[in-house]
Amino acid sequence: MMDEKNVNRIPDIPKEKFAFVQRSEDLHDEKLQTKAIGYLGDAWIRFRTNKSAVVAFVLIMILTLFALIVPVVSHYSVAFRDGYYKLVLPKNELLAPTGLWDGGKNEQQSEAGYLYLNAIGQENGHSAVMKVYDSFQDATGATFYNIRSDSYRSVGFVFVNLSEAEYKALMAYQDEKGIQVMYPLQQTMNKHFVRANDGANFWYLLQDESQGTTGMPKLDEEGHYIANYLTSDDPQKSGYTSLRIAGDGENGVYYTYAQKNQTGYRVRVDYAEYFQYINGFYASFLFGTNVYGQDIFTCLAVGARFSLLLAICVATINFILGVIYGAIEGYYGGWVDMIMERISDILADVPFIVVATLFQLHLAAKVGVVWSLLFAFVLTGWVGTASRVRTQFYRFKGQEYVLAARTLGASDRRLIFKHIFPNSLGTIITGAVMTIPGVIFSESMLSYLHIINLDTSSTLTSIGTMLSNGKDYLSTYPHILFFPAVFIAILEICFNLFGNGLRDAFNPSLRGADD
Amino acid sequence: MTKYVIKRILLMFLTLFVITVMCFVLIKLLPLPAVREMGKDINLVLMRREKMGYNRPIMVQFFLYLKNIVTDWDWGVGEQMYEGLEIWDVMMQKLPYTVVVNLYSILISIPLGLGLGIYAALKKNKWQDTLISTLVMVFISVPSYVYAFLVQYIFCFKLNWFPLQLASLSQAGSIFSGKMFVSMVPAIMSLSFGVIAGFTRYTRAELSEVLTGDYMLLARTKGLTKAQAISRHAMRNAMVVILPMIFGEFIGILGGSMIIENIFGIPGIGNLYVNSISVRDYNFFMALNIFYTLIGLVSGIVIDISYGFIDPRIRMGSKK
Repeated sequence: MMDEKNVNRIPDIPKEKFAFVQRSEDLHDEKLQTKAIGYLGDAWIRFRTNKSAVVAFVLIMILTLFALIVPVVSHYSVAFRDGYYKLVLPKNELLAPTGLWDGGKNEQQSEAGYLYLNAIGQENGHSAVMKVYDSFQDATGATFYNIRSDSYRSVGFVFVNLSEAEYKALMAYQDEKGIQVMYPLQQTMNKHFVRANDGANFWYLLQDESQGTTGMPKLDEEGHYIANYLTSDDPQKSGYTSLRIAGDGENGVYYTYAQKNQTGYRVRVDYAEYFQYINGFYASFLFGTNVYGQDIFTCLAVGARFSLLLAICVATINFILGVIYGAIEGYYGGWVDMIMERISDILADVPFIVVATLFQLHLAAKVGVVWSLLFAFVLTGWVGTASRVRTQFYRFKGQEYVLAARTLGASDRRLIFKHIFPNSLGTIITGAVMTIPGVIFSESMLSYLHIINLDTSSTLTSIGTMLSNGKDYLSTYPHILFFPAVFIAILEICFNLFGNGLRDAFNPSLRGADD
Repeated sequence: MTKYVIKRILLMFLTLFVITVMCFVLIKLLPLPAVREMGKDINLVLMRREKMGYNRPIMVQFFLYLKNIVTDWDWGVGEQMYEGLEIWDVMMQKLPYTVVVNLYSILISIPLGLGLGIYAALKKNKWQDTLISTLVMVFISVPSYVYAFLVQYIFCFKLNWFPLQLASLSQAGSIFSGKMFVSMVPAIMSLSFGVIAGFTRYTRAELSEVLTGDYMLLARTKGLTKAQAISRHAMRNAMVVILPMIFGEFIGILGGSMIIENIFGIPGIGNLYVNSISVRDYNFFMALNIFYTLIGLVSGIVIDISYGFIDPRIRMGSKK
């Protein structure tokens, strides 16, 4: 009404005063000055600002690289089991001189024990005693030492049986490198006081050998050990022509380095050098070894690789199955939805442990432990994804833009995959990533409880298996448990942080609302 | 409401039945381990096998199995472990350990979790909230067995406050005795970290959402103090969601944690299950499968139904 009045009031304006604003160009909006940011780009910008999620992501990448690279480049493998270097402590060659991470162990030893460890160094020049803190006498007058012992050097000497060819090769190696590997055999063994390695470290005389219970060495007046080597007057006894230790051959008495037996030769070797001769490198285990003498560092990487690979496979398969199933349910609704929901309800209600166990019992022998585990995870795992997808589809399918597309003649498939699915992608991806820590935890739990058994596998191990191997040594050798436990804890924290970051990035409205 | 409850319960039994059939058939398809020679027990076990129709078709066996359960409450006897003992008796003998340990853990976790969650929600976006949320994130993520090893190493081995393993019944006298409680503390601690973190996170999320509601503003404007407004309005509304979760946890304590029972040597249900798998005692395995399925189903139903009982605004079954 007002307008009409106003229009009528406008006075006559001469025609010349009017001018065309624009004649030459078509009329259109100003072009956008910046590049358009897509859905994923937008999410990426938000994700970047979330520091903890970025840190978590970087850590996940580092741990993944560790899991992928270490098994390839490591000297050791899961199959590597060393019967002598079992339960040795973590040692880092670079940090060892500083006294940290040097494979040493603080312990209290009796006098006999201390002299036993000391004698190893007396013979081969590498002392098993790194440091003597102090010594004291208890009420009965027995002396005790607080020492730091080298868990690698404590192995000392071992007896090995070599074939003739191996024996000759070892002698040739000694001659070539000038390294003493074989040491003289001892005269008699004190059967009553055998420590590690069948008493191969007792190269000296013991006191009270007739009673033989203390293991105390018999020392000469100056406090030195008295050698107790097997001797003969033949310098080449058992064909030995190689290096000899100091003091050998005095007064025409020669030490015996090998004994011939039915299969070849029995010799006594310095195990550190012998290990180097066999493997080409000196033993040094970054995270120590477990009770089977496996390298924990390598096993951890192999176990982590297994866990991650399994989790990613499970997440991917569940993602695909869940999306297809949930999309059909959510898009079509009605009785299709009803029936499919009942099926997935029943599957969701089967406890996972029951499924996993039944699959192991049935399939482990046929298709292998890993595959049956994967099947078990997939059988019930996709239900969660499916219900998430279904909810998203219910949310979007009634919206105007979908109706518009349908009116324009878009097919069902096009509506599902082109119009509805991309909108729910964020939620679904977040859900898929969030299943990964769950899978890693369940897998480690199952292998810990030996419901899936990887103990005998020579190519595969799992963090759970490593933990269950270490649990009996919690108080004596905590390093076996420490590294796998810390690793899995970090991995779980990182995946949860990363998942939260993803959720916030895809769904800014949910920021901070946990769960 | 009643109709909805009945419908849910009937559906639950249908689900349970389907899962039981699947489990039973799958177990019967496995090679049956021979009965070990254990003196007179072998005859008992063989007799029981005859009664349960071991030479008949699987579906006949299944109906005999159900019939025995329904008529005589007979779940079979142990074949590879607890030879000749009734499955039900052994389970009832193990159940108290699991329940007691988990009950202690829940009773400690609820007040701590709720308290921390309320505190964090009230201090939202301040440093206290950030600290609690970060810790919650860590404690929720770290697997329970990692706590178990830490607790065992620090409190049992280094400080020597608690025994490494659970005290046996003969040492402690009774499950509820003080000595037994002390030996349970490490297990309770290991279980509680994660549960406390879960409760905290849940409470914080719910309460901080409720606190932004318009009625909270109204409560303050009409003159209630902050404490009054929170206790009378915010908590009551938050509890609508928190209480069902607590009920669910209470049902869950029957199942317990296999890995914690294994680490601390608790002779509970979880341990029984793991043992039944390793020695292949399928009678125990079958009964425990039903047991675990039932726990899951019941706790799901209890959670759903309790919403309706706690909050009269929620009408069950009317939607959809």
